[in-house]
Amino acid sequence: MSNGLLEIKAISGHRGGTPGKGVSRDYDVCKLVDTTTCIGCKACEVACLEWNGYEFRETTFDNTYQTMPETAWNFWNLIKFNEVETDNGLQWLMRKDQCMHCEEPGCLIACPADGAIVQYTNGIVDFNQANCIGCQYCVTGCPFNIPKFNAATKKVYKCTLCSDRVGAGLEPACIKSCPTGCLHFGSKEDMLALANKRSDQLKRETSHKNAGVYDPDGVGGTHVIYVLHDKDKPEQYGGLPKDPRVPFFVKMWKGPLKWLGGVGMIAGVFGVFMHYVRYGPKEVDKQEEVKR
Amino acid sequence: MSGSTLVRPTAVTGEEQLQRYTFVERAYHWINAIAYTYLLLTGLALFTPILYWLAYVMGGPGTMRWLHPWVGLVYAFTIWWMHGKWKRDMKAIPQDEQWNKNVKAYIQHHDEVMPPQERFNAGQKQFWWIMFYCTFILLVTGIIMWFPERIPREIHWLLPITVFIHSATALITIAAFIVHVYMSIWVTPGSTKAMIEGNVSVSWARTHHRLWYERITGRKG
Repeated sequence: MSNGLLEIKAISGHRGGTPGKGVSRDYDVCKLVDTTTCIGCKACEVACLEWNGYEFRETTFDNTYQTMPETAWNFWNLIKFNEVETDNGLQWLMRKDQCMHCEEPGCLIACPADGAIVQYTNGIVDFNQANCIGCQYCVTGCPFNIPKFNAATKKVYKCTLCSDRVGAGLEPACIKSCPTGCLHFGSKEDMLALANKRSDQLKRETSHKNAGVYDPDGVGGTHVIYVLHDKDKPEQYGGLPKDPRVPFFVKMWKGPLKWLGGVGMIAGVFGVFMHYVRYGPKEVDKQEEVKR
Repeated sequence: MSGSTLVRPTAVTGEEQLQRYTFVERAYHWINAIAYTYLLLTGLALFTPILYWLAYVMGGPGTMRWLHPWVGLVYAFTIWWMHGKWKRDMKAIPQDEQWNKNVKAYIQHHDEVMPPQERFNAGQKQFWWIMFYCTFILLVTGIIMWFPERIPREIHWLLPITVFIHSATALITIAAFIVHVYMSIWVTPGSTKAMIEGNVSVSWARTHHRLWYERITGRKG
């Protein structure tokens, strides 16, 4: 990872190939959350707070084991608890909810502030609060309800995938704290292989015949992937969207409308200028003497 | 309705002057214009990265995000005030139909075929109603965008549509704004002076707003 940051991809005025290219492995980082082995201990919630320096905040009791209804600006990692009736009886689902670090990040696409959101080559999508203006367009663009606004600082916060730890060659804090091994961290390739292996095992050896991996294509894949008991029902894991996408209107706004608006404004100003060049001003008719 | 609206002759031409806008009307117009300009420049900064530098000119990105909605309220309020003041003048009159039909001739300055117009011509009325309705849309969408954190999660799907409508509506006002500024400064000399000093010459009034001229002076032709 740390070497990867200074790896040369292209050289100016240089004939031939790039020396050293491909010597070290290019990789995207990825978190794997195996919901089938999560026991809901919330060690990852605590580790996240500790590493990121947030005090444990007020919780909300709503007759479940869940710490609060959804993640907060200072609570980026939340286990979502859900009880589901199945043919084989009651199923208690637990899912670690956090930023998914989309390959096509809706937050970044929607953000107007220069440098407030960055995506690293390793796939981490990170907020830089120094440049954040608090408009919350990121909230508009996110299909996972992740960015959260702090009314006091007027900035938006979310999981960094421990970019500070990953940059130093460490695994994210949540991964480090997991006692069951339900959380894994590595390259996207390795994590996908592990996830597929696990879901194959579930299908083969358990009653979860529809087990599968959650790596939604709608946002180009994510850098947090899940193994689910039933890949067709992600919604029952505390509202994981089945087919998350960057909202259509965000794409229209940041695509055609921006283009059309820019061209239209230039054409409009040029158009009226050409009108003046062609027709000039209207004359006031002073010939007819005003009768007093 | 005569006498009182006639004011002093100007020193230069010695021509009779008519009051076109009262001081309060002018004040509201310019508060509105300054607010719109601020909203335009900060809105463009938020609209495209190419113009994000405008954010730094307009007080810095954070300040801009804080101030834009407040200035928006000022803008909407002055539009509302002008609506109260001008809504009667903005109503369509029978002659407007022919004016709209001949708009091409108006653009090409063949004004001899244009029907006589009241205080505002049909084009100005169109401009006004575009701005009026767009302001309403901008206000409603803008208030939603002001406090997205207060919008319940169940209706978050509204946010992208809201932002899109806000931007698209703003673009419509920009198109109207370009024509408005161009017309008043370059096409009809005397208009900007009317909005700043309040007066127009009698011949200006007769040329551009014959019916209005006849109404307030009580003269014919």
